[in-house]
Order: sequence, then structure tokens, then C-alpha cells
Amino acid sequence: MLTDALIITRREVRDSLRDWRIVAPILILTLIFPWIMNLSTRLAIAFVEEYNATIIPLRLIPFAVMIVGFFPISFSLIIALETFVGEKERNSLEPLLDTPISDASLYLGKLLAAMIPPLFASYLGVAAYLIGLYLTIQYVPEWIILLQIILLTTMEAIVMVSGAVVVSSHTTSVRAANLLASFIIIPMSFLLQAESILLFWGQYDVLWYILAALFVADVLLIRTGIRTFNREEILAREIDELNLGYMLRTFRQFFIGARFSLVRIYRDDVPRLLRENRLALATVLAALSLALIGGWFFASRYPLPAELIGSIKINPEMLRQQTAFQGNSLLPRLDVGTIFFYNLRSLLGFAALGLFSFGSLACLPMVTTMGLVGFLFGEARLFGAEGIVFLIAALVPHGIVELPAAILATAFALRAGASIIAPPPGVTAGENLLRALADFVKIILFVVLPLLFIAALIEVNVTPQILMWMYGR
Amino acid sequence: MANAIRYSLFAIRNLLGLYSHCSARTSIVHYGTRSRVPPLIETSELTKQFDTLTAVDHLTFNVAEGEILALLGPNGAGKTTTVRMLSSILKPTGGSARIAGRDVVRDARTVRHLIGHLTEFPGLYLRMRPLEYLDFFGELQKMPRATRRARAEELLRQFDLWDARNRRLGEFSKGMRQKMALIRAMLHAPRVLFLDEPTSAMDPHSAKQVRDAIATLRGSGHTIFLCTHNLYEAESLADHIAVIRRGKLIAFGTPAQLKRDLLGPPIWELRLARPLSAPWPYLDGHLRVASSDDWSLQYHTETPESTNPLLLRRLQEIGAAVLTLHETPRSLEDVYLKLVQ
Repeated sequence: MLTDALIITRREVRDSLRDWRIVAPILILTLIFPWIMNLSTRLAIAFVEEYNATIIPLRLIPFAVMIVGFFPISFSLIIALETFVGEKERNSLEPLLDTPISDASLYLGKLLAAMIPPLFASYLGVAAYLIGLYLTIQYVPEWIILLQIILLTTMEAIVMVSGAVVVSSHTTSVRAANLLASFIIIPMSFLLQAESILLFWGQYDVLWYILAALFVADVLLIRTGIRTFNREEILAREIDELNLGYMLRTFRQFFIGARFSLVRIYRDDVPRLLRENRLALATVLAALSLALIGGWFFASRYPLPAELIGSIKINPEMLRQQTAFQGNSLLPRLDVGTIFFYNLRSLLGFAALGLFSFGSLACLPMVTTMGLVGFLFGEARLFGAEGIVFLIAALVPHGIVELPAAILATAFALRAGASIIAPPPGVTAGENLLRALADFVKIILFVVLPLLFIAALIEVNVTPQILMWMYGR
Repeated sequence: MANAIRYSLFAIRNLLGLYSHCSARTSIVHYGTRSRVPPLIETSELTKQFDTLTAVDHLTFNVAEGEILALLGPNGAGKTTTVRMLSSILKPTGGSARIAGRDVVRDARTVRHLIGHLTEFPGLYLRMRPLEYLDFFGELQKMPRATRRARAEELLRQFDLWDARNRRLGEFSKGMRQKMALIRAMLHAPRVLFLDEPTSAMDPHSAKQVRDAIATLRGSGHTIFLCTHNLYEAESLADHIAVIRRGKLIAFGTPAQLKRDLLGPPIWELRLARPLSAPWPYLDGHLRVASSDDWSLQYHTETPESTNPLLLRRLQEIGAAVLTLHETPRSLEDVYLKLVQ
């Protein structure tokens, strides 16, 4: 596979290097920009040293290395975005698709071709910048920070290129691909800002977590690209048409089938969906368990101060304040409708975010909640058995219904978000997504909504009564 | 010499399907209505549906080895979709198709090796030079380096592009680009060539070169599937003509068969050197007069081999001076227009 891929890569790289529109900016960013950055760095250092702010240069230089490395890889996006769709517009794609090369080789070849020149330019730029710094101010970076920055640059290039190649192989014009590129540029700019803050803050350890997340994103995007690459779709689709009629028909087919039957949904569909989605359910359960344990350990690491523990007393007045709370903050008011819609809104909102993050963000509210629950139990330990009993009384009555509902919603949202990564053979990414969305809506309407409503009823009418019965006298 | 031997070996291996992933063995099937040579292209109820549009509708035909089939049809009739299915780029939504016995869906990679495809647009990489361009496609077809170099040179010379080998493809004229695309399709000596408008944008000399090359390829056992709007080209090259409209096959046969079936028996025209003084001898039952005057006669006959000599004898007997007797030429265009209008 790699041999064939490299044939494509060699040609494309050679072609890129003959295009002055690509070569000129890369050369400027590789040779001239590091020199300008070098000059700027020295001026900045001279300025801040007048005020004995020696820590600033130490934090500034790694940031500058990251910027020098990132600018050339931004070109990878331009090259990658037009890999397939640009060739299609120039009519040179069909002869390539006519050859015996496999889809995976073709995809991989194009991926490497879009990545190699900018990444090489990026390494060269970083080297030029650091050599300049060494020659002028004898600065030698810490090797671990340099390694982190190089790895981050590489991972970011792979994320951008693999994302852009996915976009390029699923659009019909370079213009459409450029418009869709904002889905790559915006998250990447947020990431760069976060990395900049971490570098200035000196929190280098956190960069490892970002690297791990980027690695996962790389794997997912490459896998998505290879699984969803389809010669036929590239050539057959002439316009980027949003075929709502087709989408609605397909969704309806998955959602209702031949005829709507409530009995069939509860008797056949729901058990089948639970069986089919057991992997997603297991993943969510595992993530929640980890969050619970993590919260518990976090509480052990950061216990509440002893004087605070002494000041908190569970008494009728405190409970009355809580139950009479009218929701003038982020927390909902304590009535059935508000709690029901609050929970539903959180789950649906994050499910929507899950669609843009391969499902991962769909898990965020539940992971956060369970982390918080773990933390609360961890802290409650400090109050002795009374604290634990109080939390059980405050959470379990409605939680026993609310938690399964939330787990189900999260698992199905996770699956919907992940559905485009690897559609089954013969099914397009769009069809697989529509199917996963139909399953999600089915579970939400017929299982999660009733459960959330029952949970809200218990939370408003039963949980406070239990607490008042236990502590309100 | 060594290169020539290498190329010959490559071509033989290719023709026999001896490549590791294309060891096709064609089963011998006799088709009484067409040819006794095994079919190299077989389609059965081949169908392609795009949402609500049926681009190709239950197409069934065979093309025997060494034959040229011309596929005709108006724009949007489904010609390109058919070729793309046969080239294993588009998957049929119904029916099946085989190239040299290999299924176009299951054995897609093998099929792509067995075929060469001149696409509707040349689609060249304009920053490359001819030799490196052909080298790239030859490498993708797993041709040994020396073989692809020799083959590229041979084809560039054949199509008068050798002298332009150091120019970038972007500097080529339309016709030169079309020839380059054709060379790319022929480079690996494929058993089947799909040619979509091979002479479009070419000057008459280049177009003739291409037609000659097609005829030569047929002579060397290649099977050619020709999509064209050039009816002269189709008539002069094709063994069989297939006409499709709205994805359906509406006619299939040799040019002569199609003319006979659609335009009726041929019209014969007889001209005299001087006006006839007596009535025309109509040979009751043997010929049907289409038109006549004192100088000429147009007629149909089912048996020209006996009727024409008899008519000439009768005219001689009454002293008529016959100048010419010939079959009125009827073009494929007449057939095509009758079919599609």
C-alpha cells in the first residue's frame, strides 16, 4: 500500500514544488520569517531586561518557536483542501481513479503529499530560528520543550491535513472546500491560543495532554478519511446539493420504518437498539466510572479546609433555603418543568456539539457531573458517615432514574457523533449519520424523555421530603 | 532492441492477463447473433440509478475481442456513466458487467489494469513533461521502468509528440493534449480501450492519426469501446454500433444492419446519357420505383444481384444509353437521427 502511495506522494510533492504560489510563501516563512522573529525576540529581550523581567524572555522564546513552526504548516491546509476537489475541477482526477491503485493508497499518498512540504518547511524554520538565537544570544532551548513543540506542530499538521483531505474528498468545488475549512481553522486557532497561554504560563506538562488529544484526533480523522473515501462519490456528485427530501425520506425510513407502531418501538426497537449500541453504552459507563474515581481522588488531593468543614452544618434552615431556591443563578429552579427542561437542554446541547467532535463532547456534561459527584463524595467523607448519607439521600432518589436516562442519551449521542468515522461497507457517512440520528431521536423520545420527567417529579416532590424527613426536624 | 523485447514481453503478459492481480481467464461463450469470438466486454441488465434519475437502464450487450463498438447517443444519454461503470469507477445499482471475464465490482482493481480509459477531458498535469507524466501512470500500472520508458517513446513518436517531449504539458495545444491523454490510456497496452470522444478538438491530420491508431489497435487484437458524436468516425471504425437514449439501448448492430433495419432496403439510382424515349421497363415484382424522370430512375429492390443485370439488359434492348448505376449512399447520421428524434 505504501509503495503505491509514495508514487502519488512523489508526483504531488514535485508538482507542489513547481508551483511558485506554494514555494514562495514557504520560502519566506522558512528563511525570512525566522530571521524577523529572531530580531523581534532580541529587541523584546533587551526591552524587558531593562525592567529585570527575566522570566518573560524564558516564556517568550518557546512561544516564538511554536509560531515559527506553525506558520509554514498553515500552508498544508491550502494544499490539502484542493487535493481531490482541485484535481476534480481540473479534470485530472478521473485518469487517476482509473488506475489500479487502491483507495487507501490514493488517500494516503495525497495525505502525505499535502503534509511533507509544509512540515519540512516548518522544521527548517524552527531550526533556522533556533540557530539564529544560538548565534546571537547563545540561547539553547530545553530539549523537552522543543520536543513538545515539534510534536505539537506535527500533530497539528496531521489534524489539519487529514481534516482538509476529508473535506476535499467530500465536496465538489474548491470554493466549497474553502468554506468548510473554517471547521478546521476555528478549532485550531482556539487550540493555538490555549497553547500560547500554557507556554506563557509555563504549564508545559499540560501540553502532553493536548498532544494526546491531538493524537486521538489524528487517528480518528485518518480513519474517517480512509473509510469514507469513495471514488464513486467523488466523480458522481456534481453539485453540493443539500437534498432535504432525500434526507427526510432516509431519516423517516430509519425512524419509523414502513409504519409507525408504538408497541413495536417498545417491544422490538428499543431492546434492539440497546443491543446494537452496547459498545457505546460500555464506553460511556467506563468514562463515567473513571470520572467518578477521578473526582474522588481529586477530593483527596484538595480537601476542603478544616475550618470550612466545621462551619458547614446540615440543619433545617439550610434545607429550607435550598428547597425555596428560586433560581437566580446558573442552577435551575426547583420545579418539575424547569428541572426537566434543564436536564434535557444540557443533554441535547452537548449531543449537538458531539456531532462536530466525533461524539466526544457529548460525554462532557455527564463526565463533568460524575466527576463532581465523585468529588462531592470524596469531600463528604471528611464529614464522616453523616456526609455520605446526606449525599445519598440528596442524589439517589431521583438519580436512580435520571442517571440511566442521561447515560442512554449520552451513549446514543456518542454513537451519532462517531458514526461518520467508520460507516459500514456499502453505507455512506451521511446515511450512517442519519441512521444514528434516527436511533438517537427514538431513544430520546420514547425512553429518555419519560425517564427525565419521572426523575424531575421525584427530584421536586420526593427528594426534598426525604431530606426534610431526615434532617429537617 | 532490448527495450523492444521488454515491451513485447510486457504486452504479451498484459494481453494474456498474466499480472499477479489480473490473471483473467476468459471463458469461451458463443454468441450466435454477434460473433464467435469470446466477448471481452459483457453487460447484463446493467443499471445505474442516481437518486430519482436512471442514468443507465438495463443495458445488455457484448463486445467480442478485437472488435470496435461505437456507443452513440445524445448528450446525457448515459454514455459516460456506462463507461465509468465498465471502468470500475462507478458501481452499478443493478445488473452486472464483466471485462475479460472479471466482474467490474468484485475485481475492480484487476479491471482497472485491463482497461485503458481516455476520459472525456484530457485532464493532464500541466506542470509535468510528457515523459515524466507517462512514467507516473506507467508506474501506477506496475510497468517496469525500462518498459514504460520504451513504450512512452514509441507512442510519443507514433503521435508526433516526441519533439515536444521537453515542453511542459501546459504549453501543449488542445489537440496535443488530447493525443497525450490517448497515449496515457494506451501506455500499458490494455486489452480494452474506452475512448470518450477521442478526436474531439483535433485538427484533421491529428484526427486521422488517431483513427489510424485505433484501427491498428483493433488489428492487434485490442477491443475498443468508442463513445463519440462523430458519426463518420463511428461508421468508418466500428464493427458494431450501439445507440442509447435516456439510458436505454435502442439499437445495436453493424452499420449495414442498422441502415437496413431502420431505413429499409437500399435505393439504387440509374442515370442515362440521354433522355429515354420509351417508357421505363419496370420489371414488375422485382423493383419498386421511388422516383423517375426521362434521365434517371430511383428504385428499391430486395434482389439487386438479379434485378440490376435484368434491368440493364432491358434498357439495352430498347436502346437506352446507361451512364451509371449505383447504390445511393445512406449515412449513419440518417440512422442516428431516425433513432433519436
